[in-house]
Amino acid sequence: MQTIAVIDYGMGNLRSVTKALEHVVSNNQRVILTSAQKEVAAADKVVFPGQGAARDCMRAIDDYELRDTIINVARNKPFLGICMGMQVLVHASEENGGTDCLSLFPGEVKYFGDHLVNTKGEKLKVPHMGWNQVQQTRPHPLWRGIKDNSRFYFVHSYYLETETADLETGHCHYGKSFTCAIAKDNVFAMQCHPEKSADAGLQLLTNFVQWDGQS
Amino acid sequence: MGLAKRIIPCLDVDNGRVVKGVKFVEIRDAGDPVENARRYNLEGADELTFLDITASSDNRDTMVHVVEDVASEVFIPLTVGGGIREIADVRKMLNAGADKVGINTAAVFNPDFVKQAADKFGSQCIVVAVDAKRVSQPEEPNRWEIFTHGGRKRTGIDALEWVQRMDEYGAGEILLTSMDRDGTKQGFDNELTRAVSEAVKIPVIASGGVGTLQHMADGVLEGKADAVLAASIFHFGEYRISEVKAHMKSCGIEVRE
Repeated sequence: MQTIAVIDYGMGNLRSVTKALEHVVSNNQRVILTSAQKEVAAADKVVFPGQGAARDCMRAIDDYELRDTIINVARNKPFLGICMGMQVLVHASEENGGTDCLSLFPGEVKYFGDHLVNTKGEKLKVPHMGWNQVQQTRPHPLWRGIKDNSRFYFVHSYYLETETADLETGHCHYGKSFTCAIAKDNVFAMQCHPEKSADAGLQLLTNFVQWDGQS
Repeated sequence: MGLAKRIIPCLDVDNGRVVKGVKFVEIRDAGDPVENARRYNLEGADELTFLDITASSDNRDTMVHVVEDVASEVFIPLTVGGGIREIADVRKMLNAGADKVGINTAAVFNPDFVKQAADKFGSQCIVVAVDAKRVSQPEEPNRWEIFTHGGRKRTGIDALEWVQRMDEYGAGEILLTSMDRDGTKQGFDNELTRAVSEAVKIPVIASGGVGTLQHMADGVLEGKADAVLAASIFHFGEYRISEVKAHMKSCGIEVRE
């Protein structure tokens, strides 16, 4: 029996992620929602979700004493970061006056700004909320069966900026272009919510539960 | 190409059954929530909104089960409103599988509740539902006020000031219902929608009054709404979500296909 651990550190709606994973796992897999170091470390695959503000997220990771565990599993198991679970993997976020993150990857998380406009010069709302197109910037096992430029559900006010081109695997546009999915070795992480993205999202989660962590 | 305008069917739920009230009075049964949700998802709904109109608080837990059942089968964003009065109510619905909760009356009586809920669970899951009614005379400049109790009680609160305050307090989205139009099938109050949409930074969902496909498109084109919500035109099979999307697309509006 394979175990897929969803890391519960008190941030956001983890029920949705768990339910969507339960919908796609095979008979020899089970999904657990856990905040225990041991269970996360022992799992075969790890999902790291997150919602809310960056500082609260980082604080919760430390309150639950999960920092080292997360860093370790992100180095050696199939690992899926979602939303804030992607943002805190990089060096730092602009949110809350500057928040140091886990520094697993180079990159910074920035605010969309209060004066975001589209190509027609019309004001864009922040948060970026709803279904936007994800351009697959390079092939990855987790994109299998998902058409390029498929729409995924987003809800965020901060976006990832990374200068490391080989990290980006998905791209999106909302007033500006930004990286919405990254991948390196056994890690795949995305800004959008696969658990809320209907068929495309379920396909991505299916690909993840079947993934051996090789990119 | 970019962000799509969202089409959101709204399901009023009374004691675990989907119903549709016209101006909150005449209630017609429209079926099982899970079946409805599944069908809307297949037809391409971008989100679902459930409004619990159960009168008795004894039966409130029925809604929790409805949310659990829907969230196990339908993987698009799910908003639940109706009777959300305290932090424990928000937690209960999120734990059941809702992605967002709609706060209406409780925000009017205790605006800090919105702040507390947004701080605790994040702005992304707090939708402030606003019931507004025009109070200006035809010759006067437009003015709308917040009403409670299904549009019967005037609060004296200016609608535009109110939505800006809710934006500041951490609301993630505004669900705006015109009480003048709700149930009339005459279309959204697009002047109201536009005024609200331009007053806030956050997305606005237009609601109340849809009777035709063009009404949905007008909510975006004239009302500058980020999403459009309707109930009865979907429940009784007058229009399918896919027809709304095709029509909106033909009007030059970006939709998820």
